[in-house]
Amino acid sequence: MLRFIGRRLFVALPTLFLVVTVAFFMMRAAPGSPFDIDRKLSPEIERNVLARYGMDRPLGQQYLSYVGDVLHGDFGPSLKYKDKTVLQILQENYKVSLILGLSAISIAAGIGVTLGVLAALRQNGWVDYGVMGVAIIGVCIPTFVIAPLLVLLFGSILQWLPNGGWNGGAIGNLILPVTVLALPQVAIISRLTRAGMIEVLQSNYVRTARAKGLPARTIVMKHALRAAILPLVSYLGPACAGLLTGSLVVEKIFNLPGLGKFFVISALQRDYTVVMGMVIFYATLILFLNLVADLIYALLDPRVRLS
Amino acid sequence: MNGPVLAPGSRRGAELMQAAVRGRSLWQDARRRLMRNRAAVAGMTVLAALVLLALIGPMLLPFRYDEINKADVWAPPLTAGHFLGADALGRDLLARQLMGLRVSLAIGFVATFVSLVIGVAWGAVAGFVGGAVDEVMMRVVDVLYSLPFIFFVILLMVTFGSNIILIFVAIGAVEWLTMSRIVRGQTLALKQKEFVEAARAAGLTPGAIIARHIVPNLLGPVVVYVTLTIPAVILSESFLSFLGLGVQPPMASLGTLIAGGAQDMELAWWLLVFPSLTMVGTLMCFNFIGDGLRDAIDPKDR
Repeated sequence: MLRFIGRRLFVALPTLFLVVTVAFFMMRAAPGSPFDIDRKLSPEIERNVLARYGMDRPLGQQYLSYVGDVLHGDFGPSLKYKDKTVLQILQENYKVSLILGLSAISIAAGIGVTLGVLAALRQNGWVDYGVMGVAIIGVCIPTFVIAPLLVLLFGSILQWLPNGGWNGGAIGNLILPVTVLALPQVAIISRLTRAGMIEVLQSNYVRTARAKGLPARTIVMKHALRAAILPLVSYLGPACAGLLTGSLVVEKIFNLPGLGKFFVISALQRDYTVVMGMVIFYATLILFLNLVADLIYALLDPRVRLS
Repeated sequence: MNGPVLAPGSRRGAELMQAAVRGRSLWQDARRRLMRNRAAVAGMTVLAALVLLALIGPMLLPFRYDEINKADVWAPPLTAGHFLGADALGRDLLARQLMGLRVSLAIGFVATFVSLVIGVAWGAVAGFVGGAVDEVMMRVVDVLYSLPFIFFVILLMVTFGSNIILIFVAIGAVEWLTMSRIVRGQTLALKQKEFVEAARAAGLTPGAIIARHIVPNLLGPVVVYVTLTIPAVILSESFLSFLGLGVQPPMASLGTLIAGGAQDMELAWWLLVFPSLTMVGTLMCFNFIGDGLRDAIDPKDR
């Protein structure tokens, strides 16, 4: 098991390094600089500002010192938000994104697995068609379509829920964004679960369990489900990436103070250090979750470990 | 064998023999299954209509997509000659929507083609050559897979400015990963087949074997995946446009129209509702076709 983890880390660390490198040089290749304002700075001032942030040195040297700083846990100051470091910005804003993402994925997993199992048990019945219909709708209606429509309906017309804002994470403010984020995931998870379950239910060991006379509930919950959710585990990584994409949109539509909104703005403003900090943060998160998914997979399915 | 025994020389016997010999190919079988799938057929019909509309529709309308009519600002649907209404600048929504559909479909097809070419070449070579080459090539795919791709597309758009060619390339360049994995898996299986061995024994070069024997046999799973990639690409583009990084005004894509509509939805619901319906309808067509094709081509799930 330790060797398995070691092998995975061996892939993950170079990946992270590659992400940092590519993002660094891409960001610097972009035209414009964080110090562009309406009025052109005089050359002397510009030189001073650049020197202040060490940006007067050759790019390669800047890259090396940046990587060195990051390895020491120093992500540098923000270039746009004066007297804030990148770490402070991350700390102040990650909670909103995290709460949104975690509640969305756990709700989606709960509902999706339940729906998928029900559909598989009643294959080709009306429950099955209903669930698959919902799944198709969930896949085909993009986040940025469903979100404004829900705001229009529940916010503006019915006035049951607030149109947006964070309000300290009040439940009312959370319902719409979390629903919007969870919906496509429910669709995908229920499809995956259904497909996995149908396949497993036809397998020999389930037939054996039935022949032994085990109650249907035990067969489904204890024997079949464990194998049927395997594809779901490997979906964990992509799911997280999907949530991330969704949160960029959701945070914009519902005007939430999360990281996603920061990323686009910072990239447009050429706030190099903030963008880099976020890329590193998200890449680490995704790599970590992929690692966790691999580990759970290996725990559930011994064949992976052996090969 | 029951029934009358036919003399081999009789005419009827020869006819029967011929009928028995003329088998159905796998592709004919697949097409028959596809045509029996009502959702897929409906999807293909609607999609064909949408493509036709996107191609010739703009020419048939009295308004251009970027034509500003001061008198028609916020015109609701079916007024002042605007079937679907007009926006804040009095631009005809139907004209803009057809143009947006054209742009979105074009991006969907072109970017998918880019991903198809890269993915098939990469996967086929990795699978066929095998060994260390395979190991390295698939490791590259693994690494790219775990990147937060949306960040890179955003960085790309920010770095090089949002022009439409770059959108094609950027999205196509990240969508090829799954394709290459599918193709590699299939290639590994195909490599063991007798006809590949025969080709090798006949002295064909590896390049010729890949191009003439491996790639044509990959068609089934690749076609299925392509029909599912196109809607994914259209979604990615709309997503970028929604964040203001995609197609730039006055040009329209379904994404920019929805983004604009979402901003004005309290004033003019039609600006949000109609582009959204078009988008959802288009995506549904592709998904139905993709699902139908998979059921038709991949006999495993039947």
